[in-house]
Amino acid sequence: MKAATLDHPELAATFTSDNERTHWHDQALWFVRAKRDRAASSIPEWEYLRELASKVKQHTIANLPELLEKFEQEATRLGARVHWARTAEEHNQIVLQLLREHHATHVVKSKSMLTEECHLNPFLERNGIEVIDTDLGERIVQLRHEPPSHIVLPAIHIKKEEVGTTFHEHLGTPAGLADPQALTEAARVHLRERFLDAEVGITGANFAVAETGGIVVCTNEGNADLGAVLPNVHIVCVGIEKLVPRLQDLAVYTRLLARSATGQPITAYTSHFHGPRPGGKLEIVLVDNGRSTLRDDEEFRDALHCIRCGACMNTCPVYRRSGGHSYQSTVPGPIGSVLSPKQAPASHQSLPFACSLCGSCTDVCPVKIPLHHQLLALRRQLADTHHVAASKRWSMSMCAWLMSYPRLFSGVGALARWSLAHLPRFVLYGRHNSWGRARELPDPPSTSFRAWYAAHRGHPSRPRPERSH
Amino acid sequence: MRIGLLIPCYIDQLYPDVGIATLEILERLGLEVDFPSAQTCCGQPMSNTGCTDAARRLAERVVDIFEPFTHVVCPSGSCTAMIRLHYGDLLPDGPRLTQLQTKTYELCEFLHDVMQVKSWPFARFPVRVGLHVSCHGLRELRLGRSSETMAPRPDKVRDVLKLVDGIEMVSLERPDECCGFGGTFAVSEEAVSAVMGRDRIADHRAAGAEVLTAADMSCLMHLDGLIRRDHLPLPVMHVAQILAGRPIPVSKKSET
Repeated sequence: MKAATLDHPELAATFTSDNERTHWHDQALWFVRAKRDRAASSIPEWEYLRELASKVKQHTIANLPELLEKFEQEATRLGARVHWARTAEEHNQIVLQLLREHHATHVVKSKSMLTEECHLNPFLERNGIEVIDTDLGERIVQLRHEPPSHIVLPAIHIKKEEVGTTFHEHLGTPAGLADPQALTEAARVHLRERFLDAEVGITGANFAVAETGGIVVCTNEGNADLGAVLPNVHIVCVGIEKLVPRLQDLAVYTRLLARSATGQPITAYTSHFHGPRPGGKLEIVLVDNGRSTLRDDEEFRDALHCIRCGACMNTCPVYRRSGGHSYQSTVPGPIGSVLSPKQAPASHQSLPFACSLCGSCTDVCPVKIPLHHQLLALRRQLADTHHVAASKRWSMSMCAWLMSYPRLFSGVGALARWSLAHLPRFVLYGRHNSWGRARELPDPPSTSFRAWYAAHRGHPSRPRPERSH
Repeated sequence: MRIGLLIPCYIDQLYPDVGIATLEILERLGLEVDFPSAQTCCGQPMSNTGCTDAARRLAERVVDIFEPFTHVVCPSGSCTAMIRLHYGDLLPDGPRLTQLQTKTYELCEFLHDVMQVKSWPFARFPVRVGLHVSCHGLRELRLGRSSETMAPRPDKVRDVLKLVDGIEMVSLERPDECCGFGGTFAVSEEAVSAVMGRDRIADHRAAGAEVLTAADMSCLMHLDGLIRRDHLPLPVMHVAQILAGRPIPVSKKSET
């Protein structure tokens, strides 16, 4: 059942072999996490907001069919066209169809994890359409032919000097230029031309309001706004879980989103689109792609609460030290380690184990997804469906059998202590011992606690405590 | 009050003094304590690997073995969390399970909530101590406020430790980041686990800690393994050992 792709531990080991870079990456993300802590602590009702956000999403997911129909009705009333896509393939086909309808060959796109999930860019390129990602970080990774390594900070794994090299190659900036402001300026000039050339702008959506039929897009660069208003046609690709019931519910999420994502009180742009602008077209593609299946799964349903803030990535001690690409998943980090194995267990089986179960993701999550408990539940599902190595399952069964017999357990413990004390180092620290690669084994004590207890508290070993007082 | 002492399997076999220290602490408080010798392991390693059937087998034993006690005290936040929060995933609901879950306490939690200790005349420890806050105690048992959450909570492990005469607690750059042990994670994700551990150690050393302590010996087993491999002057002690008045352990030489 081993997938063709490399597993997380191998890719993570490669990443950590560059110690300097690992710590640079860790620090960059910890900086964002610390900013988030300051922003969250400035709101006295933070924990109440999280609870509210979770409850509103619970309600939304429970009433999703009705709310989606309401949204379609209102958006249509405002003059938008609403399209329904069951799968990524259907989504891509609909978008291509719309582009053909509008005779478009040049498209600008603002950040949308959904279109990443559907692999829209390569699909459109194969069909002769030029797609330019207009978010600065996304443009950087697009020029480098890499996937984003983070859902909010797509180029967080790339150093400014490396951006300089990429821009020198593709945008003609002077060699060796590494000043972030100068590089951003160069990208801005380059992107402005693309904005003016494009016949269609594609954006994602952070929220869709059922009550009003409105779409809300949050960015810091204003690129979504340029893409939505300069070309005549605006296509919005949105996952069906992005709904909120009423406009007033939106405030709960806008207060949480930017604070959780980057520690800002609010994103620089929070743009509302209510129907097409005069003379323009607004096409909204609502995408399921596995969300309904997740909705039917009681244990994992809450994962649909996700507002894609990325806080679980910034806080995850494993993500920070293994990099987004080690997950081989459109959405990396804790939430990605839930979503991807739910969709394709065979190719993502190592992800639920790329986690020390520290629970930091659960506590940081603004919509209270019990992420680390879901990862634990996924381990059970993977073991039950034989996606966990037979050797691991067998050894755990052996351990449980052994642990069912206290005397046997004591005997094995004594043997372990003896081995630790007497076996030569090359045997103890052989290739089989991954614990010992970076760490010493424990210093063996001369006796176990149970032996000491029997000797000093005078109760001989008994199978059951039958003493009565 | 009749206390059942739950000693994690690896403490029993590899760190007996932590078990002895726990027993001594409870006895000094005048409590009647028994160590039922039928106990072995709570089943967490199996459960965290997804091996539910194997874990269930051990969970059933724990429910049986500790039935006669009014309280169960365990010097590990992780094993306590396993029983309190995860046995429900393995065993059917029922009064026996609920009873076990509500009467099982992590050691510091027991001292803080049940015994409500306000002074600690049993130990003097004039040492700068770095407290490693173990994740399961913090984010599963809620023994304190995690740095991610904003609602105030008592800090049970620290509050109990602070009662020790002379103790000085250092402040860390990252107060509650995971050490990277994570059970089988330490082996299956060995590379990341080691970096995580080394980063924690560096934080404690930069803060001037002379001793590294925690309420979970498993985190300390991992951290001590790294400390000894790297020949660093930072002895580790379980919180119970400090509370029981143990001296700082003298480090044995280790090879590389």
